[in-house]
Amino acid sequence: MALLNTIAHRETVKQHRPWPRALVTDDGWRQAIEHLAAGRCTLLGLWGDAGNVHMALLGERFDDIAVLSYACKDGTYPSVGARHPPAIRLERAIRDLFGLDAVGAPDTRTWLDLGFWDVRHPLGNKEPAQKPAPYAFLPAEGEGLHQIPVGPVHAGIIEPGHFRFTANGEHVVRLEQRLGYVHKGIESLLAGATLDNAVKLAGRTSGDSTVAYAFAFVQAAEAALQIKPPPRAVYLRALMAEIERLANHFGDIGAICNDASFSLMHAQCGILRERTLRAAEACFGHRLMMDAIVPGGVERDIAADGAAQVQALLTEVQRVFPRLVELYDNTASLQDRTVATGFVKPEFVRQFGAGGYVGRASGRAFDARRMPGYAPYGDLKFEVPVLDAGDVNARVWIRIREVEQSLALIEQILARLPDGEIKIPIGAKGDSCEGLGLAEAFRGDVLVWLRLDGKGRVERCHLRDASWFQWPLLETAVEGNIVADFPLCNKSFNCSYSGHDL
Amino acid sequence: MRKVLFESFIHGPLTEPAPAPDEAGLAELAQSVNRAARAKLGRSLSIRQVDAGSCNGCELEIHALANAFYDLERFGFHFVASPRHADVLMVTGPVTKNMREALLRTYNATPDPKWVIAVGACAVDGGLFAGSYAVAGGVKDVLPVDLTIRGCPPNPKALLAGLLALMQKAS
Repeated sequence: MALLNTIAHRETVKQHRPWPRALVTDDGWRQAIEHLAAGRCTLLGLWGDAGNVHMALLGERFDDIAVLSYACKDGTYPSVGARHPPAIRLERAIRDLFGLDAVGAPDTRTWLDLGFWDVRHPLGNKEPAQKPAPYAFLPAEGEGLHQIPVGPVHAGIIEPGHFRFTANGEHVVRLEQRLGYVHKGIESLLAGATLDNAVKLAGRTSGDSTVAYAFAFVQAAEAALQIKPPPRAVYLRALMAEIERLANHFGDIGAICNDASFSLMHAQCGILRERTLRAAEACFGHRLMMDAIVPGGVERDIAADGAAQVQALLTEVQRVFPRLVELYDNTASLQDRTVATGFVKPEFVRQFGAGGYVGRASGRAFDARRMPGYAPYGDLKFEVPVLDAGDVNARVWIRIREVEQSLALIEQILARLPDGEIKIPIGAKGDSCEGLGLAEAFRGDVLVWLRLDGKGRVERCHLRDASWFQWPLLETAVEGNIVADFPLCNKSFNCSYSGHDL
Repeated sequence: MRKVLFESFIHGPLTEPAPAPDEAGLAELAQSVNRAARAKLGRSLSIRQVDAGSCNGCELEIHALANAFYDLERFGFHFVASPRHADVLMVTGPVTKNMREALLRTYNATPDPKWVIAVGACAVDGGLFAGSYAVAGGVKDVLPVDLTIRGCPPNPKALLAGLLALMQKAS
């Protein structure tokens, strides 16, 4: 309750778990904004609801979370972004989806609504759409500057988004992102969904993190319903989460090197990624392990020979991976591209609460598995690698170290995998209840907040990808780099478009 | 580096034999690929992939086609950066309203003859996202579709089987 002790609030909501949710008025809301601006806590999320905005805060030592709710008068609330820039895009998204306005907001342009929907404020009052004003990109002035518009369709097998570069010769002066192209309206589809459908939707918010999303979703649902999943299911969830992390890190390490034209690493890492996905399929019947985690446990037990398959994977990775790391470390032409490229300032990482390798490569030692922590990671030994260099190279090294940690975690999970049932039935509670989940995906923390009705259906569910607080830092990381290094910087972030656009 | 290269040299290829062409796909294509197209394109097809709103799961598996196990290029397929170089548009995702126009422009920029492949459960009819205010529907609601490859996401073998069906008709 330490966070809430310093914020004036009327009352806390009884049916909100495992962290408190407090109802605040102007005083409390402004105190929270001051805490954020002064760096005394981190913004975990900011989202709309019918007539309300909610703000999730993370305490300085990462061990405390609180949600604040502000009832909007006349559809407005005091802007958080005015004092704390990480909130700006979230406020623009809230306005587009709910029609709730942040008073004093520094940027009032649309964010997710690109002018193609038939309806305005689809989660709010659902007005008929109006013809949108042309989108004004931020200016960059000076002699000899030129603009390079890229996307939404990119030259590769990548998700869509628009990047507006202003360059002086080869050097990027400003990058501005425009996202929202893959907005699918997931939160509107979640409203009214059964838990079974909702976890499937959550698992398709960002396909590369399907396990992490389902993990965060069931944390929130089980907290709300006060259900404790069986120990075997909890361990199997962690096994899937670590396999997913391995597969993504292998893919990323290879792809980053490929963007520096070092295709040998790409080919070798591609083999490790494929072997990892095959082990996942052998164990859980699906290469990405979609729909395997469900409220109450896991849908499928690990296959009879699953542990042996995973063990074989570990042996192969332990044989091959150290040589690839050595190759990365000893190839000067590759290091020439990655070292000192795409630098992210540690103060920005702290301010934005950037998670994952983006945060940890710039000195922010946050990992949701460690702190605030969730089962079964409290029983398992692992380190959270942190570096200070903040460049592409550091983000590669964080991934390398995390591969090593995941291998060790998987060994422990297999050794300690409890026997017993894998799923318990879930029933509705009879009245409304709310829960919050935070799981560490390979790219950073995924936050899920939900409110269930008395029948166990989702009334409102908000999903916040780690990318929300990483995309803006990519804009800062590219500044001063050459245009040709943008793919390298971008891949080292590997932000999710779909996870962000929802 | 030499160690890694040498080992790749001695352990033999990882590449696996091709799967049989997808039967359903062959039937679906019978109408859309004609003799003229065959003569023009020979045995090489250039693919432009367009994510029209996917969750990125399909993209992961399409990427996997290039790895050593599936080695897509041995069949004459390659992914190209511009629709102007493409014979095939491979479209994933439910088509979001925000991507509809970009998809149409990409299609219009692709020279004839061209084919459209809809990849994944969402591309068929919008999948789990059908009915949302932000989703225009499946790919067929926006473009003429010549081949559908189902799955959520389709695994690389299913993708390969679908592409081979296209190649059999087109070559």
